[in-house]
Amino acid sequence: MTNEFVLEAITREFPESVISSSEPYGMLTIEVKKDDIKKIIHYLKDSSLGFNFLTDICGIHYPEFPDKEIGVIYHLHNMMDNFRLRLKIFMSRENIEVDSLVELFAGANWMERETYDFYGIKFKGHPDLRPILNMEDLGYHPMLKEYRLEDGTRTDKDDNMFGR
Amino acid sequence: MKDNSLSNILNQYESKEQIDGQLYTLNLGPTHPATHGIFQNILTMDGERILHAEQTVGYIHRAFEKISERRNYSQITTLTDRMNYCSAPINNLGWHMTVEKLIGVKVPKRVDYMRVILMELARIGDHLICNGVTGMDSGAITGLTYMFIERERIYDMYEQICGARMTTNMGRIGGFERDFTPKFHELLKDFLKTFPPRFKEFCTLLERNRIFMDRTIGAGAISAERALSYGFTGPNLRAAGVDYDVRVAQPYSSYEDFDFIIPVGTAGDTYDRFMVRQQEIWESIKIIKQAYENLPEGPFHADVPDFYLPEKADVYQKMEALIYHFKIVMGETDVPKGEVYHAVEGGNGELGFYLVSDGGRSPYRLHFRRPCFIYYQAYPEMITGSVISDAIVTMCSMNIIAGELDA
Repeated sequence: MTNEFVLEAITREFPESVISSSEPYGMLTIEVKKDDIKKIIHYLKDSSLGFNFLTDICGIHYPEFPDKEIGVIYHLHNMMDNFRLRLKIFMSRENIEVDSLVELFAGANWMERETYDFYGIKFKGHPDLRPILNMEDLGYHPMLKEYRLEDGTRTDKDDNMFGR
Repeated sequence: MKDNSLSNILNQYESKEQIDGQLYTLNLGPTHPATHGIFQNILTMDGERILHAEQTVGYIHRAFEKISERRNYSQITTLTDRMNYCSAPINNLGWHMTVEKLIGVKVPKRVDYMRVILMELARIGDHLICNGVTGMDSGAITGLTYMFIERERIYDMYEQICGARMTTNMGRIGGFERDFTPKFHELLKDFLKTFPPRFKEFCTLLERNRIFMDRTIGAGAISAERALSYGFTGPNLRAAGVDYDVRVAQPYSSYEDFDFIIPVGTAGDTYDRFMVRQQEIWESIKIIKQAYENLPEGPFHADVPDFYLPEKADVYQKMEALIYHFKIVMGETDVPKGEVYHAVEGGNGELGFYLVSDGGRSPYRLHFRRPCFIYYQAYPEMITGSVISDAIVTMCSMNIIAGELDA
């Protein structure tokens, strides 16, 4: 199994869905349309491509790109052929909703809850979408870039001299 | 898939009166001596039997991913220590390998072998405590006290490398801060000689112990299919019969040079998890022996002046060394743009680092793929229907480390 082979298979099956692809540090990375992510992963899991393992789901925030502000990154693994794949989707802040993968992988439940907790991404069809690591009444999603790590009201910590 | 929801379970009871008379809620945790960490299980019990379980995590969430976005790459090492503190060197060195992959550094063979030795020592320490505590939770405390002594000897070796024992901050980007000390060699040789007979004694204490077997066989079982669906890796997946090991599937740090096998179980129950860890300890000893006997001569770090602190004596006398020292300490070193996922076989399973760099001094995004976070999700499914004493042993045999669960 090679990067070209997998990319070709996905492009052939979902010609409208693939937006771009790259191979950072050798791992095939495909950006796909947000609305198609579930059916693509369903296909990857159940077809002969055999991506039977969901390694990871996490979010990312790019405040400088309003159309693609919030991203979700999926790492999949075909254990038989020992092949890893990364899928990405992006969305705007107004339309921050994507299909849940809990029906496909039981492990997606907590991964999606964690992503929701940190980035506020709503996973459609998730059975129990609540914050998991933070308090439920926290009221915001702390990994978004607009929240500073340190208390912004403090004046005794001036980091300007430290390149931050 | 079995419907484990509380409503479905309650439907099985004939009337409300029957439920009121029989069921009660038990809070196991957040701080309970038998949960080995701060997490809560809200159990719906019918006598001794668990009908429904719901777990709550996050009690020691420390926002490591957010903090990482403000720290430079070397400073993140200390965060990784504090995730799985039972095998901190694996976390450390895994992180350094991720950064090395990003910046494109190839480390000398000696560094690879030194890493293998330390990571396997960490694995032994991790497994010893997990298995010792599994014994303790089933009533056999003797084994744990013996194995704690052995883990202390491993910690003595860590102390020789970095001065610390638990949160080790052991490696550096590009290699190690210092070479193995003569005392380390002495301790390692002694360990390799005297540990196997002592460990064998521990094996005889529990492996064929009738009481221990009765308590663990069939307890907290999970099938290979469900384990894969949940994203299990490491000993917990191998106990269910899947021979996936990152060290073999995607070798790093020269693991391909060593001869070892992947122990697997069949039933995925507590006993199999215990046995897989027992056998992995023997395999780790085998790997350490091979790595130590063939330990290459040469430098103990790569030539990466942008990331590896120069010798202190040079800093005082050479301009370049002073500049590099300053740049590293003040976090002024830029890294390439890019994204990288690197996984190592942690004490508990696939420990992954997903790192996105925008070229700045800190990661733009760093996500830890923490195996404990994955396992604990399956816990209610594994204990529903069992008695509470089985649930305790099951949790222990899964080796849930609260620091890694919450990160």
